[in-house]
Amino acid sequence: MSALVPLMVLVPLLGAAAALITGPYPRAQVAISTGGLSVTTAISAILLFQADRDGATVIEVGDWPAPWGIVLVVDRFSAIMLLVSSVVLLSVLVYAVGQGIADGNRETPVTIFHPTYLMLAAGIYVAFITGDLFNLYVGFEILLGSSYVLLTLAGTGARIRAGTTYIVTSLVSSAFFLAAIAMVYAATGTVNMAQVAERIGDLPDTTATLLHVMLLLGFSIKAALFPMSFWLPDSYPTAPAPVTAVFAGLLTKVGVYAIIRTETLLFPDDGPGGHFRVPMMWVALLTMVVGILGAAVQADIKRLLSFTLVSHIGYMIFGVALSSPLGLNATVYYVVHHITVQTTLFLAVGLVERIGGTTSISRLSGLLKRAPLIAVLFFIPALNLGGIPPFSGFLGKAGLLIAGAQQGGWVVWVLIVGSVLTSLLTLYALMRVWNMAFWRSRAEVEAGYRSTYINTLVESPDDEGEVRTGASTPRLMVAATTGMVIVTLALTALAGPLFALGDRTATEIADRDAVITAVLHSGGADG
Amino acid sequence: MSTSLVLIVVMAVMYASGVYVLLERSLTRVLIGFLLIGNATNLLILLTSGRAGRAPIWDRGWTPEEFADPLPQALILTAIVINFGVTAFLLALIYRSWWLARLGDQGDQLVLEHEEDKSLSEEVFSSASEDDDALNEALDASDEALDASDEAAHMEEEGAAEAAVADARAGRGAERDGEDDEPLGSPPGKGGAS
Repeated sequence: MSALVPLMVLVPLLGAAAALITGPYPRAQVAISTGGLSVTTAISAILLFQADRDGATVIEVGDWPAPWGIVLVVDRFSAIMLLVSSVVLLSVLVYAVGQGIADGNRETPVTIFHPTYLMLAAGIYVAFITGDLFNLYVGFEILLGSSYVLLTLAGTGARIRAGTTYIVTSLVSSAFFLAAIAMVYAATGTVNMAQVAERIGDLPDTTATLLHVMLLLGFSIKAALFPMSFWLPDSYPTAPAPVTAVFAGLLTKVGVYAIIRTETLLFPDDGPGGHFRVPMMWVALLTMVVGILGAAVQADIKRLLSFTLVSHIGYMIFGVALSSPLGLNATVYYVVHHITVQTTLFLAVGLVERIGGTTSISRLSGLLKRAPLIAVLFFIPALNLGGIPPFSGFLGKAGLLIAGAQQGGWVVWVLIVGSVLTSLLTLYALMRVWNMAFWRSRAEVEAGYRSTYINTLVESPDDEGEVRTGASTPRLMVAATTGMVIVTLALTALAGPLFALGDRTATEIADRDAVITAVLHSGGADG
Repeated sequence: MSTSLVLIVVMAVMYASGVYVLLERSLTRVLIGFLLIGNATNLLILLTSGRAGRAPIWDRGWTPEEFADPLPQALILTAIVINFGVTAFLLALIYRSWWLARLGDQGDQLVLEHEEDKSLSEEVFSSASEDDDALNEALDASDEALDASDEAAHMEEEGAAEAAVADARAGRGAERDGEDDEPLGSPPGKGGAS
């Protein structure tokens, strides 16, 4: 069964090659990419079941024994991330196919889109299953390289401009990460994460702190933590709707995943180079508050959602910084919740843009009457993100707050207050979108009604102040969005089992010695 | 483990100049900065492989002092390949950005003006793709001798592209001196001249 792990990467890579060859035949491409991602979804479901039943699977690539060769490790956390990202990738692909059929592929040129999208999937999967720092870097580069192409699809002026910011920022973060790997290798003589974890205990505190900071810098730019989050709201919104959706859902979470691994496996709080919990809490607080204040003044829904995306990364960092099993448990649940709900919102906004012809709430109106189904598809994830019970956003936040309250300490209480405020402000921003774009009557906009309130909203820099004629909303796009909404609701319905799984995951992650033993001293995986 | 001081100094200088150039406005300089930083990082990895002048080959009974660590070299190779790919993409991005910048203020708005100014944008885009095609043809034919007709066609298309730009500028006459609309990256050389 362990042969399934490399397939997670092989299938999308081979699919990308096949999709590139079949460029002139759009139908073949669609069949290849949906087929490939369906296969990975099935594999990741099996892997999750297996990881939960039997514990972590360790694969030594090419049968080179552990500290020398590259290892792939699939534990519960990896498997959860694999399954969630597969589901998201597949739904967004279906959405993109629907859009491509309707638009005659003007917005999403299919010949390039499908191979690149599969490469992106392969990069994300590599990042989740690798047990080797340098391999993680390679995974990051695969997914970043694909994301450069996807973000600048069709090469319009706005996308090239947004893409430039994104690409240069990503290059800098990669340079940080690679330099950090070089330093880790110089200090410990290995890039195998388990062996690094084993040897980091012998390092002097100053050296370990330097390594820790370097790694965190690289990852925080990718995860868009506060001082390094400026690039995100400027670059994501200009991409085609499906691309924005998948980026918002997955790319930052790969950074968060890497941070969680760094904090739990490599630099535990009591080891050398640890003691980063309190600074991380402040970073989390600033990320939350600054992000949501940015969202509160945006008129463009896509920009607004990008700011809430930044803001909610803060919750996950809060959970990591707590470093109690319950905190990690809530973080795992929150990551899953946030990936699905943020993707769903961006997909729904893609539909809104097609009907309304714009994404600026100062010009949208009356969507509830015009498209009630899409209004519902926006409303449910919006309430969910805002943390209204009984949705998963509420459960995730409640888990974090309980974990924080159990830990205590004044910094934690400041964070708890900050996260409640952030949650309320998220709700405020999203309900304003609801009120203005969906609920107010069309006559109000047509009469040219302005108020000081509307005038305080900040339009997107790319906004041309016009409303395009509405496009059709193909059934496939609506179906994909509906599917994602159902997934977000399932997170609520299955919250009990999921939190139980999260609990086992947190225990597994926190047990460093078990991970190290599994990778290094088990004598290799059975073939 | 002893390392070469010269390499460390070279690495530091490359990092410093790389960061300096990366912060420039022009995209071509950003590219140079990226290359400098990437290679400085490669040097940093190389520095971890120990004393210079040993081959990364091990034989039975050799002590660690007698050979260089091969892993950093493998890592550098991978990093070089990745940098190579990213550089290729950046060059394409710079070309595209330069093309849009040649149109001045209109470069950014071309797609959105598609409705009202269809003929202009179509002309420019078709000449841009002709330009690309010509470039591809030239690359394909680089093995063989470029025959005269190919070259003539190439020149013609270049001319068409220039004419399109000239048209665009003339037609749009009174352009605002863009403040924040300034094109991305300063176009090399002739971008500003009209």
